[in-house]
Amino acid sequence: MFRRLHEPAEPVRFTFDGRPLTAAAGDTVAAALLAAGVREVRRSVVGGEPRAPYCLMGVCFDCLVTIDGVQNRQSCLTEVREGMEVRSQQGRRRLEGAE
Amino acid sequence: MTKPAATADMATAGAAAAAAAAAAAAGDRPAPLRGDWDVAVVGGGLVGASIALGLCRSGLRPLVLDGEDLDLRASRANFALVWVQGKGVGAPHYALWSKASAEGWPQLAALLRETTGIDVSLNQRGAFSFALSQGELDRYRDEMERVAAETAGAAAPYEVLSHNELRDRLPAVGPEVVGAIYSPADGHVNSLRLLRALHAALPALGAGYRAHHRVERIEPLHAGFRLFGPWGDLVVPRVVIAAGTGAEALAPMVGLRVPLTRSKGQVLVTEKCEPFFDYASATIRQTDEGGVMIGDSEETGTDSIAARADISAVLAQRAIRVFPRLADVNVVRSWAGFRVKTLDGLPVYEQSARHPGAFAVACHSGVTLAAAHALTVAPQIAAGALAPDLAVFASRRFDVPPSA
Repeated sequence: MFRRLHEPAEPVRFTFDGRPLTAAAGDTVAAALLAAGVREVRRSVVGGEPRAPYCLMGVCFDCLVTIDGVQNRQSCLTEVREGMEVRSQQGRRRLEGAE
Repeated sequence: MTKPAATADMATAGAAAAAAAAAAAAGDRPAPLRGDWDVAVVGGGLVGASIALGLCRSGLRPLVLDGEDLDLRASRANFALVWVQGKGVGAPHYALWSKASAEGWPQLAALLRETTGIDVSLNQRGAFSFALSQGELDRYRDEMERVAAETAGAAAPYEVLSHNELRDRLPAVGPEVVGAIYSPADGHVNSLRLLRALHAALPALGAGYRAHHRVERIEPLHAGFRLFGPWGDLVVPRVVIAAGTGAEALAPMVGLRVPLTRSKGQVLVTEKCEPFFDYASATIRQTDEGGVMIGDSEETGTDSIAARADISAVLAQRAIRVFPRLADVNVVRSWAGFRVKTLDGLPVYEQSARHPGAFAVACHSGVTLAAAHALTVAPQIAAGALAPDLAVFASRRFDVPPSA
């Protein structure tokens, strides 16, 4: 769906659900995922439909992912970093200390 | 989060805009509303829509005239509780009225589901009032005892729980919670879905609905009433004023009174979380979809619609003291709303003595009382007179001179 105009000279390496991907320095996680061809980052916890980054400005909360173990991060507001472990968001947020 | 209701409203707004454009093309003024409406309901929030629903079931054809999207709308800001606990201190009729409405709620929810297919997620497992100090717990207990005594035991049952007793039922509560009141009579719904369900039910049952039809003036006629707004005017045989904070100005035009006081509340909503609290409370509830709503602030001296960060911080702090696991949960929305609060906090139900076809319905608890409004008050309005037991809610109670 998206194609980069220029391939980054020094790509940032990260993973999505264990798959190695690359991004340009300064990309948001959402932009990096879209540029890498990712079409679905989670399922709606209400209706089960596939979800992907949408507004890209922090408002719609559709781009939620788990980053380095932290759930429900807004990928459009998070800059991608070398070695980042991004996972598709699985269900609703689980609370610490919950039995 | 608020998308379903917003979408429904935009659809109505779009239709209204198209109608207005057509009217503007036809002449310099929108054509008068036509149709054989039996009664106009001024206000399309939870109260107006619940009343209109009940009027339809009584065989009338109501027309609901609603205001602008950006009007003060308690129906889109509320906390969605079906709440009885502690209500009616010094006013046993209000305690019993709230209890009766909560008991009627399963019927209303079933009616909405049958009519529209929409499940409003009614949950009446009961609710807790969490006390963060012994003083708070004593005050809650005192209120519950007073309501029980003043209703001669007819009020909803309750229990006073110590910290340990509470912890046995809700392991997630924090060490700072001294205790709680629990009452099985309380519950909550998905409030935006409730508003949407009511608005879906109205056309299905024969009611009319007009967005962007704010009523600015009501003129009593020899028979009936003429309603005026920027959209034009309309003559109807009867009128019900259910205009929320707008009722105060409209009521005197037809010999009614709805004296209101300012009451602003703020609500925080978190990201959707795994279920951890399957009850309600006055300050914290987890919605059926997982978001945690945190609320119950009150400011009385302001007109500002903005939410204040310092108040949000207090709400969040108290919520974390009750449920420490909320500490690192993200807040995704916050908003402020104005309650429709009468001078004594109790509802006003009134029929105009001078113009008997005019009624006023105003209350703070549009969710709790939705069942009473649809199933009890509306049939009385349809029959032409409020029942004598509602006379205690008429505005003449405000005429009592203050004691020395």
